[in-house]
Amino acid sequence: MGDLDFGVIARVWPYLLSGLQYTVQLTVVAAIGGVIFGTLLAMARLSSIKPLAMVAAGYVNLMRSIPLLLVIFWFYFLVPVLWQTITGAERPPSIGAERSAYITFVLFEAAYFCEIMRAGIQSIPRGQVGAAYAVGLDYWQSMRLVVLPQAFRNMLPVLLTQTIILFQDVSLVSLLNVTDFVGAAGKIAQRDSRLVEMYLFVAIIYFLLCWLLSWLVKRLQQRIAIVR
Amino acid sequence: MAMIEFQNVSKWYGSFQVLTDCSTSIDKGQVVVVCGPSGSGKSTLIKCANALEPFQKGEIRIDGVSVGAKGTDLPKLRSRIGMVFQHFELFPHLSITENLTLGQIRVLNRSKDEAMAKGMKLLERVGLKEQANKFPGQLSGGQQQRVAIARALAMDPIAMLFDEPTSALDPEMVGEVLDVMVGLAHEGMTMMVVTHEMGFARKVSDRVIFMDQGRIVEDCTKKEFFETPRGPRAQEFLSKILTH
Repeated sequence: MGDLDFGVIARVWPYLLSGLQYTVQLTVVAAIGGVIFGTLLAMARLSSIKPLAMVAAGYVNLMRSIPLLLVIFWFYFLVPVLWQTITGAERPPSIGAERSAYITFVLFEAAYFCEIMRAGIQSIPRGQVGAAYAVGLDYWQSMRLVVLPQAFRNMLPVLLTQTIILFQDVSLVSLLNVTDFVGAAGKIAQRDSRLVEMYLFVAIIYFLLCWLLSWLVKRLQQRIAIVR
Repeated sequence: MAMIEFQNVSKWYGSFQVLTDCSTSIDKGQVVVVCGPSGSGKSTLIKCANALEPFQKGEIRIDGVSVGAKGTDLPKLRSRIGMVFQHFELFPHLSITENLTLGQIRVLNRSKDEAMAKGMKLLERVGLKEQANKFPGQLSGGQQQRVAIARALAMDPIAMLFDEPTSALDPEMVGEVLDVMVGLAHEGMTMMVVTHEMGFARKVSDRVIFMDQGRIVEDCTKKEFFETPRGPRAQEFLSKILTH
């Protein structure tokens, strides 16, 4: 143990922090974007308009059957080429790895959030929808004001679990050479031969942040709980 | 003038026919009680009246507006008819006042203050002014159902539909809900009430409809219904529920 040097963390702290910042940003954007797009997908899957339901189901099943790693590669390498072929542009558009990561994660997470929100919507008794309609609310109002607020509350613990998984999955973007938290720590670990120190530090920060997130959601859950 | 009019309404769930040629009409200010054994289609019929259930044949008109027609603005139509459900169906994530003002603000575009004033007035009417800031889950069944009636009344409906409003209540709470309904009837509200409360039917109804196997079997004044029920099914039904 004598040759461990945790001073390295302090020396490269700004660099690590910028990586952490990207990780948190991507997680927040993907979680919010994923929940919004996922909820729309869930409504489409439950729609009485059959083609709409089928398209949404197809999308969700496709996304969930491909490993995230492949989806990341797909969007980064193949979609620009595909775009070029379709539009007949001279060169493939350069989306950039960071922007590509945002799009990929929102689209990928939406499939999982869709299934969570679908279960949430189905957990609301039919009578609630009937009551919302009976008051004169239309479909969108009934969803927004009556069904979704209850579905969201019921599903909060599962949404949290999915967000924690997402938070950890973000580390896969280091494969696109985007410097997230794990990527930044990894580069320093290699450069300075401080693998134990860096990866230990990363693990601890991940643990602390996940714990903090769980605690925050628990607080939120108590605050907005439905009184039974 | 007919406020609610059913013309040869038929409905199927797949190949199973739940309503067969139901025709009746309820005039402005009338109170009509619909009764019958379970599974006879009473609840389905009343839910067809504000299009919570679709029907495949026939026509229903509310104040002259066709419920089944393609171009009908259903949210607007529904906002003009109050509905009270067996299981109350208050919105559990909203406070009592929010339950009372939601439709007023979102559908009738009333201001928050106006909606609040109306809600509080109605809450006072059903005797629950002190519960205004509570949530539905904190109220008893009878209290919840009274709030549900107030929620429907807040929209200034031209008619009220009641779908077994007392069936899910503990016996000691039935009275408080029926009292509110009797009050409404005396004020001249047009009411269609699916219920087994024959005391209510005797007290305030103008007509009684008896349904069996998706058909309207009896449709007569309450005097005729209670004194000379004509069909054997109605007689059997009455003897069953009146012996208790």
